[in-house]
Amino acid sequence: MGKETMNVELAVVGGGPAGLAVAAKAASYGVQVTVFDENERPGGQLFKQIHKFFGSKEHQAGIRGHDIGYSLLSQCEEFGVKTMLNTVVWGIEKNMLGIQNNGRTYTIKTKKTIIATGASENPLCFPGWTLSGVMGAGAAQTMMNVHRVQPGQKALMVGSGNVGLIVSYQLLLAGIKVAAIVEALPKIGGYMVHAAKIRRTGVPILTSATICEARGENEVEEAVIASIDEKGNVMEGTQRVLPVDLICIAVGLRPLAELCWMAGCKFMFLPVLGDHVPIHDENMRSTVKDIYVAGDVAGIEEASTAMEEGRLAGIAVAEELGYLGSEEADEKKNLARKRLESLRLGPFGDTRAEAKRKLTESEVNR
Amino acid sequence: MRIFYHPILGKLEEKRKITLEVDGKKIAAYEGEPIAAALLAAGIRVLRMSPKREEPRGVFCAIGRCTDCVMIVDGQPNVRTCVTPARDGMKIQTQKGLGKWAKKL
Ligand SMILES: Cc1cc2nc3c(=O)[nH]c(=O)nc-3n(C[C@H](O)[C@H](O)[C@H](O)COP(=O)(O)OP(=O)(O)OC[C@H]3O[C@@H](n4cnc5c(N)ncnc54)[C@H](O)[C@@H]3O)c2cc1C
Ligand code: FES
Repeated sequence: MGKETMNVELAVVGGGPAGLAVAAKAASYGVQVTVFDENERPGGQLFKQIHKFFGSKEHQAGIRGHDIGYSLLSQCEEFGVKTMLNTVVWGIEKNMLGIQNNGRTYTIKTKKTIIATGASENPLCFPGWTLSGVMGAGAAQTMMNVHRVQPGQKALMVGSGNVGLIVSYQLLLAGIKVAAIVEALPKIGGYMVHAAKIRRTGVPILTSATICEARGENEVEEAVIASIDEKGNVMEGTQRVLPVDLICIAVGLRPLAELCWMAGCKFMFLPVLGDHVPIHDENMRSTVKDIYVAGDVAGIEEASTAMEEGRLAGIAVAEELGYLGSEEADEKKNLARKRLESLRLGPFGDTRAEAKRKLTESEVNR
Repeated sequence: MRIFYHPILGKLEEKRKITLEVDGKKIAAYEGEPIAAALLAAGIRVLRMSPKREEPRGVFCAIGRCTDCVMIVDGQPNVRTCVTPARDGMKIQTQKGLGKWAKKL
């Protein structure tokens, strides 16, 4: 690791909603916090999310993602959280982090570390998937909502989960045509509110359908789509060619958990939460001493749950570092857990709540 | 193309205009935006050719994870253009294979 060493009481890796919520919470009790994020500005996925959030008022539903981002940032500032941007955390071992900033490496010694690195998009392989113009739905979202450039002129969306639906709508807002949304399952994956909004614009959502091929010389020029049967096989004669120059892949996210693997955390395979997920207890503590997890890295959910997990971890860390009495901490942690529970209601939430229980009740926590 | 007016985000904020040189051709960009965004805005979507089969590649993740967008920037190969801010006068080249350093450092 690098020669120069810095001491940090609480290091937060990742400045998305989870990381910022941890930082603001822990700092509000007096913990000295530094957030590391590889981007030029913090906020994680929030600044791409220009739509109004779903859920209850208490959880900031109806507020747009980017506004939640600004409010978290100002809380962090108020409580003196330090942020190191353009900084990649590339290594972790016990209470040490290896970071790189501006071509130089440093070693960070920490008392506690929170890994809140978020998620990455799943790719999907089909003939032509490497052509330029095939990209993650999140990538298209970043280009149009953050950098304000159109990633293409006419798009096909693959996947009808919330990400596929929301990004399709955002493509339209950015002046990009959407030829269709294809969904391999027999029914739409995301919330009906989002699907209805798309349907009203006239964009077809084709279920039991898939992409067969992307064609083009150097870049995408057309997409071949087709209907599939229950076994997932393409039904002959249903192929159709769509003239598009952009194919967005929205087939799920998985935890970006490399640092957890490196630190030696134990994992559990839970497909509902996106893949292998680091096991954590009720305080968001991983199976490795002094290392906590929060947000999408601890299971793919939503920004609202990410922030609540962050707050829970922030309280737990402040308690362990002696900034909060155990009685007060327990009370606050229970409130956060209740809010998490209420966020995990409904048909989508139930399965996630169950998977989360498997993690916290895992015997490796004991 | 740039999104000058957006129904939710409003008008595009004016930033300092700079010039990049891409394979010898000059293009306009905004200071600090990712190089890949400037290229997309200029209609350049093929950023490199893959090492083995020399196939074209472009932006795939846009957040620095996949390395599909690497190009030679000011003589340095394998620079992720989707997370590298554009600066005035940068010289950018389409990367062939693993790329070559401009000169030994
Ligand atoms: C299209 C779309 C729509 C969505 N809509 C909603 C919605 O309506 N409501 C809702 O509640 N949720 C929504 N979500 C989900 C929500 O965005 C995520 O659940 C949330 O952003 C997760 O927060 P996080 O802090 O865990 O991760 P992120 O927001 O991904 O933040 C992680 C940060 O860590 C950084 N990082 C990662 N590794 C390192 C490293 N090694 N070193 C330094 N920095 C690192 C990343 O660059 C990133 O900035 C949506 C997601 C998408 C993609
Ligand atoms: S597009 Fe994936 S690293 Fe740049």
